[in-house]
Amino acid sequence: MTTAPPRQAERAGVPAAIAAQDSPRGDKVFSTLALTAGCLILAVLFGVAVFLVVQAIPAFTADPADIQGGKGFLAYIAPIVIGTVIAAAIALVIATPISIGVALFITHFAPRRIASALGYVIDLLAAIPSVIYGAWGASFLAREISPAYVWLAENAGWIPIFSGPASATGKTILTAGIVLSVMVLPIITSLSREIFLQTPKLHEEAALALGATRWEMIKMAVFPFARPGVVSAIMLGLGRALGETMAVALVLSSGALTVSLVQSGNQTIAAEIALNFPEASGLKVATLIAAGLVLFVITLAVNMVARWIISRHKEFSGAN
Amino acid sequence: MTTTDVAPGRSKLTRGRLPGFAPWVSLAVALVLGAAAVAVPGFTPFGWGIASAIIFAIVYVAWSRAVEGGRKAADKLATCLVVGAFLVALLPLVSVIWTVLVAGIPGLLTPGFFTTSMNGVTGVFDNRAVEEGGPVIGGIYHALLGTLMITLLATLISVPVGLLTSIYLVEYGQDKPLARAITFFVDVMTGIPSIVAGLFAAAFFFLVVGPGTKTGFVAAVALSVLMIPVVVRSSEEMLKIVPNELREASYALGVRKWRTILKVVIPTAISGIASGVTLAIARVIGETAPILVTAGFATTINNSPFAGWMASLPTFIYTQILNPTSPSNPAPSDQRAWGAALVLIILVMLLNLVARIVAKAFAPKTGR
Repeated sequence: MTTAPPRQAERAGVPAAIAAQDSPRGDKVFSTLALTAGCLILAVLFGVAVFLVVQAIPAFTADPADIQGGKGFLAYIAPIVIGTVIAAAIALVIATPISIGVALFITHFAPRRIASALGYVIDLLAAIPSVIYGAWGASFLAREISPAYVWLAENAGWIPIFSGPASATGKTILTAGIVLSVMVLPIITSLSREIFLQTPKLHEEAALALGATRWEMIKMAVFPFARPGVVSAIMLGLGRALGETMAVALVLSSGALTVSLVQSGNQTIAAEIALNFPEASGLKVATLIAAGLVLFVITLAVNMVARWIISRHKEFSGAN
Repeated sequence: MTTTDVAPGRSKLTRGRLPGFAPWVSLAVALVLGAAAVAVPGFTPFGWGIASAIIFAIVYVAWSRAVEGGRKAADKLATCLVVGAFLVALLPLVSVIWTVLVAGIPGLLTPGFFTTSMNGVTGVFDNRAVEEGGPVIGGIYHALLGTLMITLLATLISVPVGLLTSIYLVEYGQDKPLARAITFFVDVMTGIPSIVAGLFAAAFFFLVVGPGTKTGFVAAVALSVLMIPVVVRSSEEMLKIVPNELREASYALGVRKWRTILKVVIPTAISGIASGVTLAIARVIGETAPILVTAGFATTINNSPFAGWMASLPTFIYTQILNPTSPSNPAPSDQRAWGAALVLIILVMLLNLVARIVAKAFAPKTGR
C-alpha cells in the first residue's frame, strides 16, 4: 500500500495514446474523489447534529404552555427518556446472560462442524425486520404472556414493578422489553462470539492440562480475556435497544409514566416520534425533532464509549 | 476431554464418573416428571418442554454431584445453562417465522395481492368481506413498488460513497488522523437509531426544499445514512485482505495507482464487496421508522420518488396493523399486513442467501 507509483521521468517512450489514458491527472482525480467521499461521511454526521439542532430550536424557545403537556420541553421529554431507559434496561437484563450463553455454546460447547451453521441461525434473528418483531410482539407474544402478568400482579403485586391491575392485552413495557431483548440478542452474541474465539488457545489448553473442567477453563481463561470486549458488546446492544422504534411503537400501548411493568403505560422517545411525526405540524414537529436530538445524543454517547473501549483493546477490532 | 476406555467394564480410571447412559436416564426421568408436573395446570407441549428441561438439569446435576463431586457438577450445570440459553434463543426465531408463515400465507394467496394497490379500498369492503364472506380486496403493489424504488435509490447513493470512502481508508489513508477520524465516526454511525436518520433527512429537506417535504427520495437519503457505514465497513475489510504483492506487481509494471485500484484491487475484492452491499440492502429494506417520517404512507401507486408520499412494505405493515382500514373489522387488514410481512421476510432471506452465494461463488481462487 505504501509503494510509490512510478515517476514521470521513467515513462518516456510510452505511446501518446496510452500516456493520455494513464495520465497523472487520473491519480489526482481519483484520490480527490476518495477523499471527498470520506469527508462527506463526516459532513453527514455533523449535518445530522446541525440540522436536528436547527429544526429543534423552536421547541426550546417556545412558550412552555404551547408544548404538548403545557409545562415546557423538559417536562415533556423527561418521562419518555425514563421510559426509554426502562425498556432498554429490561432488554439488556434479559438479553445479556442469554447472549453470553449462546456465544459460549457456539464457540466452546457445540461440535466444531456445526458451530458456524449455528452462528448463521442466530444471525438470522438479526435479519428479521423490526416491524415484523413488532407485529409478532403485538399479536402473538402479548396475548400469550398476559396470563403471566395477571399471575405476577396477584402473587407478587407487593413489589412495585409488578403492582396490578395487570394489563388484559399484555401490551406493556415488559412485553416491549422482551421483544427488544430478542432484537439485541444477535448483536451481543455475534460480538461476544468473535471475542471468545480470540482467546489465546494456549491459555485454554494450559488450564485444561492443569485439570480444570471446561467451565473452570472458561472462568479462568476466557472470561478475563474477553471482559472488556463483552462490556462493549453489551453497550452496542444498549445503543440498539435505546433507538429501536417499531417494536415499541407496535407492542406498547403507551401512557403516562408508571412504575409497574405489567400495566399499560410508559413511552419511549423513538416510539413517540414514530407515532406522532406523520401527522405533526408546526411546533409539534420541532418538539419531536428535539426529542430525536435527545435520543441522538444519548445513543451517540453510549456508542462512543463502547467504541472507545474496543479501540483501547486493538485486538478486538476485527470483532465488528 | 474424551474418555479413554482402558479396559472393558468399570475400570479404576473411570471410577467416580457418571456412566455414559446418565444423560439419557436423566432425560427419561425428566420427561415423565415434566409431563406429570404440567398435567396439573393443563397440558401444553411448550410447558412440558420447559418443565422437562428444568427437571433434567436438576436430576443430572444432582446425580453428578453425588457421584463425581462439586467441581464436575458445576461443569455439568454450566453446560446445561449454556445449551439452555441457545435453545431459548431459538424460541423467538421459530415463533416469529411460524407466526408469519401461518398468518401470512392466506394473504399471499389472495387473488390480486401482488397486482393491486389500496387505492379506493375502504372499510366498507372489509366489513363486507367479514360479514358476507366475500374476498379480501386490496394488495401491496404500491408498497412493493415503493420499497424497491426507495431501496434502489438508497443503494445508488450509498455504494459509490461507501466504496470510495473505504478506498480512501485502505489505499490513501494510511493511519492519517483524518482516516482514523472517519473510521471512528463510521463506527459511531452504525449505531445511529434509524428514526434519527429519518429525522435528519426530514429536517434537511424541510430546510432546503420547504416544510413538509415528504417523498421517496427523502426516504432514500435517510436509508443511505444507515447504509453507508455498513458498506464502508464491509468493503474496507475486503480491500484490506487483498494481498499487497498484487499492488506491487502492478506498480512494477508502471501502472498508475488509480488504475491499479480499479483494475487489480477492486476486481480481486469484488465478491466480498458485492456480498457486503447485498447484506447492507437486506438491512435497510426492512427499515420502517425512517420511511415513516420521510415518505409518509400512501394508499395509491406513486411512480415518482421525487413527488408525493410513497408507500413501502414496512410502513404498509405498520399502518395496516395500527390503523386498520375498517376499525370495527381489523381481520382483513391483519391478513394483508401478515401477507406483506411474509413477502418482506422472503425478500430479506433471499438477499441474505444471495450474499452468501455471491461471496462463495465469486471468491478469488486462492489455491495453486
